[in-house]
Amino acid sequence: MSSPELTAPLEAQIERWRSYLARRRAVHAVDVAELEDHLREQIGALTTAGLSTDEAFLVAVKRMGELDGLSREFAREHSERLWKQLVLTSSDGGAPARDVRRDGIVAFALAVVAAMLVKMPGLFGASMDSDEGFYAQNAPFFVFPLLTGFFVWKRGLATRTVRWLIAGFVIAGFVANLYPLAPGGHVMALAILHLPIALWLLVGVAYAGGRWAQTAGRMDFVRFTGELFIYYVLIALGGGVLTGFTAMIFEAAGLKIEWFFQQWLVPCGAAGAVIVAAWLVEAKQSVIENMAPVLARIFTPLFTAVILVFLGTLVVTGRGVDIARNVLIAFDILLVLVLGLLLYSVSARDTEAPPGPFDALQITLLVLALVADAIALQAIVGRIGEFGFTPNRVAALGENVVLLVNLAWSAVLYVRFVRGRGSFAALEQWQTRYLPVYAIWAAFVVAGFPLIFGYQ
Amino acid sequence: MDISKDLIAASSTPLVLAILAEEDSYGYAIIKRVRELSGGHIEWTDGMLYPVLHRLERLGYIKARWGVAETGRQRKYYRLTATGRSQLEKEQAQWHAVTATLRGIWGTTRFLTAGPLFAGA
Repeated sequence: MSSPELTAPLEAQIERWRSYLARRRAVHAVDVAELEDHLREQIGALTTAGLSTDEAFLVAVKRMGELDGLSREFAREHSERLWKQLVLTSSDGGAPARDVRRDGIVAFALAVVAAMLVKMPGLFGASMDSDEGFYAQNAPFFVFPLLTGFFVWKRGLATRTVRWLIAGFVIAGFVANLYPLAPGGHVMALAILHLPIALWLLVGVAYAGGRWAQTAGRMDFVRFTGELFIYYVLIALGGGVLTGFTAMIFEAAGLKIEWFFQQWLVPCGAAGAVIVAAWLVEAKQSVIENMAPVLARIFTPLFTAVILVFLGTLVVTGRGVDIARNVLIAFDILLVLVLGLLLYSVSARDTEAPPGPFDALQITLLVLALVADAIALQAIVGRIGEFGFTPNRVAALGENVVLLVNLAWSAVLYVRFVRGRGSFAALEQWQTRYLPVYAIWAAFVVAGFPLIFGYQ
Repeated sequence: MDISKDLIAASSTPLVLAILAEEDSYGYAIIKRVRELSGGHIEWTDGMLYPVLHRLERLGYIKARWGVAETGRQRKYYRLTATGRSQLEKEQAQWHAVTATLRGIWGTTRFLTAGPLFAGA
């Protein structure tokens, strides 16, 4: 049955119907094509029978059945489709699947290399038990250069940028191992904590490809970091189950294999998992909703409530903040968490959307965190002379200032946006522009502190 | 006369298999054929045929292939497989048994609604 001349409005109607149908996740493009063929045939038959195209379209759509019911039937028959989106093997769409597979092979190869790198110092007589300091200090070097390499390869980075990245890693490698830091000393502990933060910037430059200069490129990196963290935690959980299970069955056979875990499985797995997790995030970024912003949404009200209660308690009881040893660290952590909540809410927010209640909540959280931190800072600054400048205290104080500046100006920009005097893009831009400051401060702690405070 | 949903659902498999046993076909033509065969008594919601076809394909009774219709459009044709043919025979045997049973009982008790079965209660 040949269809008569299809008019333009009818084509538009069919197009709309098709796009409605295509939105159902259980109905794939091939099914839409099959159903569309049916619809057109039906319309053709009805118009031949004397209906106008409009009427024919309505009748044909009605006969096809309600879309909800239809997609429910498809979902029942193809329930795997709703889940398949969570798994990487996509059967439709040839080229992307091949890309994903190729990336996967490269990522796994790099993960194996990372695992081997972890064991490499062993060949030169370093032992994971006795040279803990060496391993802790150099841990990022087993993984980050490979991760950077992965993105250099994937994004096809310019040679000039690659040279800068290599230079960055080489210099960091020298600095990290140059100073004769006392194992277990404060300065070394700080260096161990801060080196990954500084080096993460290099990974970011590679990740962003040529877009590091742009807000969007850096924001993508922020998203990537959040998702990577979540995937890594999930893989670590799986690894924990695997380890526990392996230990149990070998125990049953009367074999103790703890040495294997400590020397091989855990360190090699931890290194390789970073790259595998990075690949997963890359492959899935468009497939499922990002988790980090969801978590940010859940925890923003909760943190706001906690800080509110805390400040309320201070006011009611008339207590000041007791400057015990770790209190500044606690407030640093608070600011980091607030920054994370802000960053991931910002990263997922539609820049064009008008201010809403969640923005108000976000500002409340920001302001409360700033007030809490100001109280803590004031208490510390007032008594810093008494305590003296130890490396830990200076590091904590410096971090606090860096975070405070970031959050305070964010609060200003956010308020401006809510009042309609500024754009949301300005806030986003500020957040992303500020990112290198963290890396620079971290680099300073690694490279500068031993010079200032000695090697203890 | 409206045939109940359950009955339509139950008869869909043998109907589709039987139609495809006649010749290879596609969704719209299958529905048209069902309408002709049933004298209009069996009315399917058109879209619902496709999940059924996909299920039969998954079970291996039929096989799909994309072809080009005389209108030049892409069209998905279905063909009965050997497994489908033996399944059709099984279905036929089952339906024969069911209809024979019903005919047997309806031959002896003529009045379903007159209530001779329940009158004594």
